This record gives sequence, structure tokens and C-alpha cells, in this order.
Amino acid sequence: MPISWLRREAGTRGIEMELTIKHVRKDFDRFAALQDVSLDIRSGELIALLGPSGSGKTTLLRLIAGLDFPTDGAILFGDEDASFKSVQERNVGFVFQHYALFRHMTVAENVGFGLKVRPGATRPAKAEIKRRASELLDLVQLSGLESRYPNQLSGGQRQRVALARALAIEPRVLLLDEPFGALDAQVRRELRRWLREIHDRTGHTTVFVTHDQEEALELADRVVVMSQGRIEQVGTADEVYDTPNSPFVFGFIGESSSLPVRVENGEIWLDDRAIGLTASGAANGKISSGLAALYFRPHDVEVIEGGAGLAGTVAASRRIAGTRRVELEIGGGRHRVEIELPASHPAVQGSRIAFRPSRWKLFPEQGASTQQPAPVAAQPAAPAPRLQAVPS
Amino acid sequence: MVETTMANDNIAARKAAPSPVTETRPVRVLLITLTIVALLLFLLAPLLAVFAQAFSMGIGPMLATFQDPDAIAAIKLTLLVAAIAVPCNLVFGVAAAWCIAKFRFPGRAMLISLIDLPFSVSPVVAGLVYVLLLGPFTPIGAWFLQDFGVRIIFAVPGVVLATIFVTFPFIARELIPLMQDQGTGDEEAALSLGASGWQTFFYVTLPNVKWALLYGVLLCNARAMGEFGAVAVISGKLRGETVTMPLQIELYYQEFRALAQVSAFTMAAVLACLALVTLLIKTWLEWRYADQLAATRSGH
Repeated sequence: MPISWLRREAGTRGIEMELTIKHVRKDFDRFAALQDVSLDIRSGELIALLGPSGSGKTTLLRLIAGLDFPTDGAILFGDEDASFKSVQERNVGFVFQHYALFRHMTVAENVGFGLKVRPGATRPAKAEIKRRASELLDLVQLSGLESRYPNQLSGGQRQRVALARALAIEPRVLLLDEPFGALDAQVRRELRRWLREIHDRTGHTTVFVTHDQEEALELADRVVVMSQGRIEQVGTADEVYDTPNSPFVFGFIGESSSLPVRVENGEIWLDDRAIGLTASGAANGKISSGLAALYFRPHDVEVIEGGAGLAGTVAASRRIAGTRRVELEIGGGRHRVEIELPASHPAVQGSRIAFRPSRWKLFPEQGASTQQPAPVAAQPAAPAPRLQAVPS
Repeated sequence: MVETTMANDNIAARKAAPSPVTETRPVRVLLITLTIVALLLFLLAPLLAVFAQAFSMGIGPMLATFQDPDAIAAIKLTLLVAAIAVPCNLVFGVAAAWCIAKFRFPGRAMLISLIDLPFSVSPVVAGLVYVLLLGPFTPIGAWFLQDFGVRIIFAVPGVVLATIFVTFPFIARELIPLMQDQGTGDEEAALSLGASGWQTFFYVTLPNVKWALLYGVLLCNARAMGEFGAVAVISGKLRGETVTMPLQIELYYQEFRALAQVSAFTMAAVLACLALVTLLIKTWLEWRYADQLAATRSGH
């Protein structure tokens, strides 16, 4: 492999903590962008920071890079406290959403910049810088474009130059801020696969920020779901999708429907009707009484012919490829949920359909319990249909 | 084939249809004519008049102007003042633009207004303020005179100071909008790649604004050589000592000798030539580095 100098030592991968974030808080004026965030990142991991805008994910990335400094808490690189080290001392590779390529330098000069500015003793010779730049351009599949200027490249090419430039300094960690955010969907998917490949080849501990859950779920070893300056959940793609630990995560990752319900004597009630589910059947069952929110995935439902269940009139129905998406009005239009049925189901407008969620979760209503400290205000009251594909 | 024909038809149709933002033909002709007439009348005609007057008595009297020690001193002083004032404002302007565009700090809005002050204050007033502040009978002026033997007012340092004051905004004004537009992304990238503050400045910040900087310097230089009001007040108009070219032109013009009139217009012609050369340099640079210029503008 020609890029042996670039490859991170894999021997300690997965054991050593590369990055430790301890109770970090960041205030901008009086606005708290991050509150008490703690996170461990293992050596060689590919981590996604996922959240809606304003969730603090970019702030966290900038704190790790040293482009901003925490108000409180500590950031450790290995065992070393780096909280107040400058960005130069941290030796991180940072890739910006808008590339931030130096427009007056050629592609090769851009890639070699980090080596050129090293102090005399550690600076490679000119020929060596050139050689490494062309090796990196080879790695990012841009050989032959060495003498182009950034404005002569497409968006995807620019971002690949930016990544090569960040890799050139042999960074301890690689940080990417919405790396594909400014690109169109096709290029995005391509680059995503390609980034995974590069990561597997070079083994850099990598943290990237995204608001695109598909990107996070497909690419990352672990996903850090953030909301309103806090970490909601950390886990693999399957974990955050299958066992979301808060209404926010349930609603944010994948598609979901929710209903405001009441638990009495272990039975679940919607308005004045029992819906044939018992609280003990919840995937996270903890609640024995009180107000709660019932969450389920549109495809985790079974249509029933009789007995207790949820019944509603079809408000809208559309066929998407092999399935049918049905919007149901329940309780005379007070609630609206989305369920997924086989495409063969007629689901005529105005007809009644009864169903029961087969997999579902209960979360205590906010204020009804202190068990759920995370604010859920960002969660839309109506189950807004999400258009992202659901990985399964 | 069919598709190609259709595409061609489309293009033809588009060419025929007027663009929604264009004007009708008479309006366009009117606007262009107005502009050209205005340019001829107010810019080109006076310029030609200056040269015509300079040549009015033949080439001999014109060349005689350059024998006059006062004229030579004025030309030298003008070049000297520009050679000091422009580099000073280059440093001040870059520093001011850099801190305004790249940082948020209390008093920033005030600093922006202060940079514009020389534009809004009459140069004569500016000159007077310096006289009142630094004249030989003021504490500061007296201190310089006694302890260092340096006269500021009615001497060359005063002329330089006044010129720096008047030309201060040119470079900063040229740089601030561009630097604000470019933001701090490139700088952050450079820092994250291990560059020091100075390396970032010289390798990234400065090259990103070099064209705007060049325009600023050219404008600043043109104004530095042409400044009249502030310099007139502060220099005391001592012939051969503190008189710059614009002042020398006025002094010649006020003598009622025919030869002096020629000298006045000759000097004016020299000054105009300096301005024309500046413009030519700018145009040539734009033509020579058109591709680089385009690269700098379409940054992202």
C-alpha cells in the first residue's frame, strides 16, 4: 500500500480512548450551546454527531478541534488534557462544510499546505511534500488534477481535496463538519461510501457532523444523537433505531407515530377506550400508571378484524413502491397517525381500519415523571411523516 | 435528431425574446449616449484642456518649468510624501480591515465610523486641526521642536501627516467588504493545518485580498499625490520646502506671467499623467491576471 506513512497504528484500535469529552459546557453569551456533554471515542472509530440544527453538534466538533474553547469541562486526547490547547497543537484534520480551500493555490499546493507550514526541523523537503500530495490525491481519486485551481473543480472534487489536505498532516483525529452538506444527493451517496473506504484504509479516528440520519446510520460505527445542546443517545445504528431511549430519538431517527395515552392498572387507554395493549408489553415497559406517549413505527403494526385496538378513518393513502402509507384519523380527528400496510390493501378514503402496534414504546408524559430529564419540546406534536428511507 | 432540432428552436426563440431585465432600444441608446456625453464633457474635455494649455506656447516654455528649482522640489516632495503615506496606510488599512472583518469586539461599529471620518471631514478642517494640535506654540509641537528639533507644522512631517489622514480610508474601505464576505473559514482551515498566525496571514489572508489591496493602494496613491486642502493649510506654502505639486500649480497659476501659466498647466499635466499611468497599470494588471482575479472572486 503506497500510503503506509498515512496509516494509523491499528494495534491499539478499539482499546485505547482516543478522545474523551468530560462534562463539557459551552455558553455563547448567555445561550448554552452545550450542556454537560460527556462522550468517549475509541481509537479508530467512525462516529457521527447527528441532530437537528441548533442541537450543538457543530459546536461540539469545533470544541474538539480547538476552534472554540469549552466554558466548563475537559476534552482529553488520550490521557492528555487538551481543553485549552490551540488548534495547531492538537493536530486534528478538519474538513469544513464549504471546503475552505485556498482559492489562490493549486490543488497540490492546497494538499501540501499543512506540510509546508511546519517549522524547519520537521518540514519535509519540497520534493517529499510534492510526492505526498500526489499520493493523497491518488487516494482521493483526483490524480492528474494537481495543478488545477479550486474554482475549476466540482463540489465533490473540492471536498475530496479538502479531505486529502486534512489527511496530509497525519492528524490524530479527523473531524468533518457536514462534509457532504453542500453537495447534491447523488454525489453525496457516492462520497459517503468512499469516505467509509478511506476510513477503513487509513484507520483514522473520525468524527463527523451531519443532520442527515441516513448518512449517519449508514456510515458511522456509532451514532451520537444530539438535541438542544445535550446528547440524547449514543449507540450503533441498530441500537438508536431499535431501542431509542427517548421520545426525541424515537421521533428523530426513522419514521414514527405517537399518541397521547393514559396508563391505568397496567392497561393503556386512548381517550376513553382501552386499546388492547398492556404497559408491560412495551419494549421499554416501566410505567404502571399516569399519562404517557405511545410511540411506534408505521411498519410495526398489524391490522385486526375485531377486539380492542386502535381504529380510525383513512384520511389519506398513497402507495410507495411495495407498501401503502395510510394516514389515519383516530378519535374523530383528534389524533393522526401514519401506518404502513401491504400495497394490496385497498385503504379506501373514509373507510375504517383497526390495527394494533406490534412493537411500541411508552414514554412518560413530560412533567408527569422525572425519569425523563431530556426536553422533548423539539418533538413535533403531530407525527410528521418523514421522507427518509427507513433502514431495516 | 428531433431533440436537437427542438433544442435549436428553443435557443433561437430565446435569442429573439428580449431578456426580462433589459430595456427597449431607444432607452438603451439614450442612456448610453448620456453616459458618453457626460464622460466627454466632464472628464475628457478638461483633461485635454490642461494638455492644450501646457503646450500653448510650444515645447520650450514647457520644458523650462522643469528647470525651476521650485517645480523640481515640488515633484520630489510629492513623490516623497506618497512614498511615506501609502506604505503607512497600507499597514494601517490592512490592520484595521483585518480586525473589523475577522473579529467581534466592543467598539467595532465605532471604529468603522472612525475610518470614514477623513471622508466626511473637510480636508481644510483636518489640516487646521493638525495645526491647532501640533503647531509650534502647542505643548506637543513645542516638545518636538525643543527636544528633537523637529518642526511638524509648516514642514514636511506635517504634510506627510495630513496626507496620511486624508488617504486613510482608501485601503481599509476597499478591504473590509471583501474580507467580511470571505469570512474566517480559510483562516480556520490554515490554523487547523498547523499554520501559525503569521503564516496564516501571509499565505492565506493576504493572497485572498491582494487584488482589493492593489486597488486600494492605487487609489490611495492617486489621492496622496493630488491632495490639496489639508496640505495647503498645514504646509504654510513655503516655496521649495513644503510645497507639493498641487500647491505649486496653484502658486504658478496665481502669478500673472504667461510663462507661469504654462508652468501651472505643465505641472497639472504631469499630475494628470501620473493618474493616467496609475489607471493604465490597473487595467494592465486586470488584463494580465484575469484568470487569477476570477478565481479570487468566485471563492466558494
